[in-house]
Amino acid sequence: MAHLLQTSFLPSSQCLRPNPDRSSSSTSSPMVQISRRWSKTGGAVQAKIREIFMPALSSTMTEGKIVSWVKSEGEKLAKGESVVVVESDKADMDVETFYDGYLAAIMVEEGGVAAVGSAIALLAETEDEIEAARSKAAGSSSSAASSSPATASTSADPIPAEIAAPIAASAPIAAAPVAKLASAVHPASDGGKRVVASPYAKKLAKELKVELAAIAGSGPLGRIVAKDVEAAAAAAPAPVAAATTAAPAPAAAPNVELGTVVPFTTMQGAVSRNMLESLSVPTFRVGYTITTDALDALYKKIKSKGVTMTALLAKATALALAKHPVVNSSCRDGNSFTYNSSINIAVAVAIDGGLITPVLQDADKSDIYSLSRKWKELVDKARAKQLQPHEYNTGTFTLSNLGMFGVDRFDAILPPGTGAIMAVGASQPTAVGTKDGRIGIKNQMQVNVTADHRVIYGADLAAFLQTLSKIIEDPKDLTF
Amino acid sequence: MQASLSLSVSNPAAIPRSSHGFESSIPFPSKPVNLRFCGLRREALGFSSASSYPLSTSRSSRSIARSNKVSASLGGANGSSSAPKSFDYDLIIIGAGVGGHGAALHAVEKGLKTAIVEGDVVGGTCVNRGCVPSKALLAVSGRMRELQNEHHLKALGLQVSAAGYDRQGVADHANNLATKIRGNLTNSMKALGVDILTGFGAVLGPQKVKVGKDTVVTAKDIIIATGSVPFVPKGIEVDGKTVITSDHALKLEFVPDWIAIVGSGYIGLEFSDVYTALGSEVTFVEALDQLMPGFDPEIGKLAQRVLINPRKIDYHTGVFATKITPANNGKPVTIELIDAKTKEPKETLEVDAALIATGRAPFTNGLGLENINVATQRGFIPVDERMRVIDSNGDLVPHLFCIGDANGKMMLAHAASAQGISVVEQLTGRDHVLNHLSIPAACFTHPEISMVGLTEPQAREKAELEGFEVAVAKTSFKANTKALAENEGEGLAKLIYRPDNGEILGVHIFGLHAADLIHEASNAIALGTRIQDLKLAVHAHPTLSEVLDELFKSAKVNAHVGSSPVAEPVAV
Repeated sequence: MAHLLQTSFLPSSQCLRPNPDRSSSSTSSPMVQISRRWSKTGGAVQAKIREIFMPALSSTMTEGKIVSWVKSEGEKLAKGESVVVVESDKADMDVETFYDGYLAAIMVEEGGVAAVGSAIALLAETEDEIEAARSKAAGSSSSAASSSPATASTSADPIPAEIAAPIAASAPIAAAPVAKLASAVHPASDGGKRVVASPYAKKLAKELKVELAAIAGSGPLGRIVAKDVEAAAAAAPAPVAAATTAAPAPAAAPNVELGTVVPFTTMQGAVSRNMLESLSVPTFRVGYTITTDALDALYKKIKSKGVTMTALLAKATALALAKHPVVNSSCRDGNSFTYNSSINIAVAVAIDGGLITPVLQDADKSDIYSLSRKWKELVDKARAKQLQPHEYNTGTFTLSNLGMFGVDRFDAILPPGTGAIMAVGASQPTAVGTKDGRIGIKNQMQVNVTADHRVIYGADLAAFLQTLSKIIEDPKDLTF
Repeated sequence: MQASLSLSVSNPAAIPRSSHGFESSIPFPSKPVNLRFCGLRREALGFSSASSYPLSTSRSSRSIARSNKVSASLGGANGSSSAPKSFDYDLIIIGAGVGGHGAALHAVEKGLKTAIVEGDVVGGTCVNRGCVPSKALLAVSGRMRELQNEHHLKALGLQVSAAGYDRQGVADHANNLATKIRGNLTNSMKALGVDILTGFGAVLGPQKVKVGKDTVVTAKDIIIATGSVPFVPKGIEVDGKTVITSDHALKLEFVPDWIAIVGSGYIGLEFSDVYTALGSEVTFVEALDQLMPGFDPEIGKLAQRVLINPRKIDYHTGVFATKITPANNGKPVTIELIDAKTKEPKETLEVDAALIATGRAPFTNGLGLENINVATQRGFIPVDERMRVIDSNGDLVPHLFCIGDANGKMMLAHAASAQGISVVEQLTGRDHVLNHLSIPAACFTHPEISMVGLTEPQAREKAELEGFEVAVAKTSFKANTKALAENEGEGLAKLIYRPDNGEILGVHIFGLHAADLIHEASNAIALGTRIQDLKLAVHAHPTLSEVLDELFKSAKVNAHVGSSPVAEPVAV
């Protein structure tokens, strides 16, 4: 209803009628008679831009699916020509136009579903009006997905700017559409001139709006396979914790139109898919309180050398993982699991409209100074949208830290394909009773690990956390 | 004489080999050949008479007739050399595929003394390298598809944990099926008293056939039914491992991650169904501008939407594969594509395997056609509408027929069989012309595609030429109760007909069990039944056959109901 009101400024008329049988005049089934009756009621208003409605193809039809657009945007239509194939609850039918004109904007893409009577496209009378129609289509934020495929290559966000705007400016890292992240050269691609991707990878890339040229293939001879595309789509918006943390700035109430329905962006779609996928993994959580006085002291001492807390935590985690390889393992198929050969710590970073997880590779083997430099480099690259896929999708263990917001404890969702993720809370001065019966103040932080119980069991996590707490409470190993 | 007889009876398999030995060591070959010849015939005689006794209770008159003929031919053959006045057999069929088998069975039923010559294995392409093993693979792929379709299963309330398969098990199923059907075929012919002569057959002259190296058999009539082999275009190197034809693919020796299928006809389509169900990704290479040429365009479009677009398949149309190199030394299979029209190089594909499904070529080499002055056309043996072979002067070759893929009229197993039966009908005194428009065809994808008669463009062309009106009726599987119960509502049935007299011109079905549904339409065409009469026929409810019921009922025929305006059937 809201949608109808919103679009009512358009002089509208029904300008489509179903063509039951594009090839002959023979069949006139009941559905057709009904739709003909329906079609006679429309079409009196003289207008320059007309809405094309989802027609009622049968008496029981409430919504229809767009099977395919016979015409594409900008194409000239003659009265009586087939424009779109619609699937009703009973059959598929070609639907033809009542008017001459140009198909200005498709509002419901192929595969999309629209209620009977809702607008699925706009018809402009002259070529000059196509632009006007398009902007109207964009403004009318219809229930369907995207409006202009023309910009699909770079913009992953079909929503009008006014809705999405303000968070971007204050976000720590600018939005990084996956497509732009990398420009890997394919070993089997004629020096980069040609992209070799498997048929399903190509299909997925189109669906997830991922640019194949930007992905490094992991298949035979370096070809891009489906999982590379999935990884690329999922990597930028890494599925960590709640994405609500995206606005660290003192954001005033976001300037969104309340009560509107906003379709997912590509990134949100990818997060959504990943979140649902994570439900198929049986996870459990183990928490631990770690005293950080020694770590804080160490941090203070070497901060001037460019060492960051993130690097310290990553290093400590990596050293603990080296002693507990099962926590660094991953189970993908449900039948076997892999002890990952390297310890790659992915660290979740909030960015506009999502998250990205730059990866500190071989964190157990690098010294703390190069690890800190690497981290800085990764963050810079992420800002410049130049992260290579292997720099954000090769993590074997994920860290998510919300301590800077004062969050003392939280719970993270396990990214599919990895074995465990650790949620790190703020380190806070805490009154602690000691064994000799006295009370003292110590800095303590709570960590909470979510793990895949198919491969990592409670005792594994407990032992890992004990090792980690020992490393953090006596951090001398971190600087070697 | 007596010695050689007993030898050949006890060890029939050794005949061709031992005679070969004789030929090289004995300076006068004519005599041993005759000896051998006798022995072979004698063995055949003993075999057929022995096995025909149990049958004689019900077919006594025929078996008497046959034994008369046999004794006559026995007497004649002893003294004959070049111009046989009496024959070893009434009918010899060269090639024991489905076509030859169908002809042989019908010939025996009509009382003809029949022999069938097979140089390879009984059953031919269909049973050993075609329809039969591919159905086994497709049965597997259909089930895999169902088990993998979580959405579909959930809609039915089913829960199935991850489905997997064992490649060797699947391959064995296909192989076992072929072996079993081959056995059935062999036994059915043996039981009826058809002599199976082993060795390559060639036409030596009028009414004379050479079997193997030097066995000559005479027959009153000869049917050539040698079938076809996969057609491999120039520039394509088939290594049987990574670049394969359907012959290799049916053995399912490996399931590649990515396979290119050259040709998107029914062979390519069926294999794409198998491979994608088993986890492969598929790239089609099609020379024509559209996938699935040969199908009714509307059915093709729908099939593409269901069988291609949602699956892990992409395609290149309007391109020729000029060069295909098998995988070697860690390099993938490379396929060079050129534009079909401009002939300019377009692209090079690198895949794990390539299946060549560009059609089939007749297997007519070495048939001795030059002995009877017959020239093949692109390998096919020219025949008239009664399958009588035409020689290079355009004259009919007496007593020589050709059926099945070798004549290229309609390259389908059941068409070959129907042609064979038609020939036997003629030989036994009943003129018969097979109506090819009544022969159905099916593609066993999931869901299946089936068709009979003309496509819509063909029908419209014919209508224009002959000046009649064409109409089209369609029904959807979405409206069929049984289809919906199976949760398989995707599908379309299409009827192309003449509204003036109710004649069916073509029926095309895409949907669940389409291959089984087509026969109501093909029988109607074969028997000349009109739509106005079919409308009154009753179909059980709820069944998929109601799709056709509704299809016939939705047709608008102007002819007076109840009377057949054209009483004559289209073909008998």
